[in-house]
Amino acid sequence: MLWGFVTIYLETSTTRLPEFVSFFLGALILWNILLRAQQGISVSFLEDVWARNLVNLFVSPLSIVEYITALLVVSLIKVVLAFGLMSLLAALCYTFNILKLGLIILPLVLNLVALGWAIGLLTMGLILRFGQEAEILAWALAFLFMPVSAVFYPVEVLPSLLQRIALFVPSAHAFEGMRQVIIQKGMPVAHLLWATSLNLVYLLVSGLAFYRAYKFALEKGVIPKIGE
Amino acid sequence: MPSVLRVENLSKRFNGLWVLRNISFELYAGEILGILGPNGAGKTTLIHSLLGLLSPTSGRIEILGLELSKHRSAVLKRINFASNYVSLPLSLTVYENLKVYAYLYEVPDPDHRVKEVLKWFGLEALKNVPSRHLSSGQMMRLCLAKAMINAPEILLLDEPTAGLDLEAAQKTRALLKELCLRKGLSVIYTSHNLAEMKEMSDRIIILHQGRIMALGPEKELLKNYRVKDLEELYFRLISHES
Repeated sequence: MLWGFVTIYLETSTTRLPEFVSFFLGALILWNILLRAQQGISVSFLEDVWARNLVNLFVSPLSIVEYITALLVVSLIKVVLAFGLMSLLAALCYTFNILKLGLIILPLVLNLVALGWAIGLLTMGLILRFGQEAEILAWALAFLFMPVSAVFYPVEVLPSLLQRIALFVPSAHAFEGMRQVIIQKGMPVAHLLWATSLNLVYLLVSGLAFYRAYKFALEKGVIPKIGE
Repeated sequence: MPSVLRVENLSKRFNGLWVLRNISFELYAGEILGILGPNGAGKTTLIHSLLGLLSPTSGRIEILGLELSKHRSAVLKRINFASNYVSLPLSLTVYENLKVYAYLYEVPDPDHRVKEVLKWFGLEALKNVPSRHLSSGQMMRLCLAKAMINAPEILLLDEPTAGLDLEAAQKTRALLKELCLRKGLSVIYTSHNLAEMKEMSDRIIILHQGRIMALGPEKELLKNYRVKDLEELYFRLISHES
C-alpha cells in the first residue's frame, strides 16, 4: 500500500530529483523519531515484562505516574540518540543535512514525539488489558499509521477517503509541514496548529485508555499474570 | 506483641468465582506467619492483595497503621516482597540491580546498603556478574537481597523456595530465619510444603478454596484439632472441605 502510493507520487509529480531525495531522507529521519518515541515507551515496558521484573516495580513505592514519566524520559533519550545517529549518517553518506532546515524542524519533531508517546501509551494499555498476546502491537501499531501519515508522499496522492482520515492524523500534518519547509515555503503554521491540537486530543485519549486499563489490571490481577 | 498488619473480611471475586472469602487475620511484630494451602487455595492472590497489586472486592487491609488503599506508596516503602516467580533485569549486574532498587526505595547511602545486603546473602563475589549468568539459587538470593534493600519492617514471600534444589532451599530457609531473628522482621510466607511450614512459621494459616480453615501456632492447632501432626490436620481440613 505504502509503496503503491509512493509510486503514484513519483509518476505524477513534477518535483525535481534533489527535492525528492531531501523529502525521502527527511521523512526517514522523522519517521524514525516517531517510532523511537513509541517504542521507547512500549518496548521498555515489555522489557520489564520479559525480565519478570514488572511485579517488583509495581510493588515498589514507585507510583504509576512516576513509572510512566521514567518511560517518557527513556524514550526521549532514545529519540535524541537515534536522531543524532541518523542525521550523522545522512550527512556522511548523502550530504543531506537535516539541521539546515533550521529550528522550524523542532516543533515538527516534538509533534512526532507526542504522537509516538500517545501510541506507546495506548499499546501499554492494550497489553495490560489483553495480556502478552497484544505485545505484537508494540511493533505494529505505529506502522498502521504510516500510510495515512503521508510519510513519503503528499496527502493529495491518497484517495479522498484516506485524505479525510489523514486530516485527523497528527503525523500527516508533521510530514506535510516538513515538505513545506524543504521547498522553502516558510513556517507551516496551519499544519503545526493541526498537529499540536490533534496530539493533545490523542495524548488525552491514550492517557485515559491507559489509566482505565491500569485500573482493570488491578481489578483482575493482570500485572502478576503478565509479569511472572 | 503489637500488630503490624491487619486484614479484615477480605474477599476477592474473579469472573463470578470467590477466590478469597472473608479473610481476617493479623500479623504480629517479629513473627513469621506461614500460609499453607494447595495450588489454587488463594495464597498468591492474598499476597498480591497485600501488595496492592490486586484491588479487593470487599474488606480492608491495614499495614503498619496505614490503610493500604489510601496510602499505597507510603506502605510499600516500608515493606518488600520476593517470589520465585519474579525475577530482576537479566542485563544488569547483581550490584546494578540492587542499586536501582535502592534508589527506587529512596534508601539513604545506597552504596553502603548494597554492600551490606551483598554480604548478608553471600553475593559479594558475584556483584559484577550479569544476572543472566546466575543459577536459580543465586537468583533467589539476589531477589531476597532486593527484598531487604529498604530494611523492610514486613517481608512478603511467595513460595521463595519453589523450584530450588534441596540444598539451595535449605540454605534460603536458614538465611531467612537468621535474618528474621537478627533484624526483628515480620514475615508472611506462603508455601505448599508442609515440612517447610513447620520449620519456618511461628503461626500457620491453612487456606483452602479462598477460606481460612485453621489459624494458630502449630502446637495449638494440633491440640485443638486432636491430630498428631500438621500433615494429618492439613489433609483432614482439605478433604473435609472438598
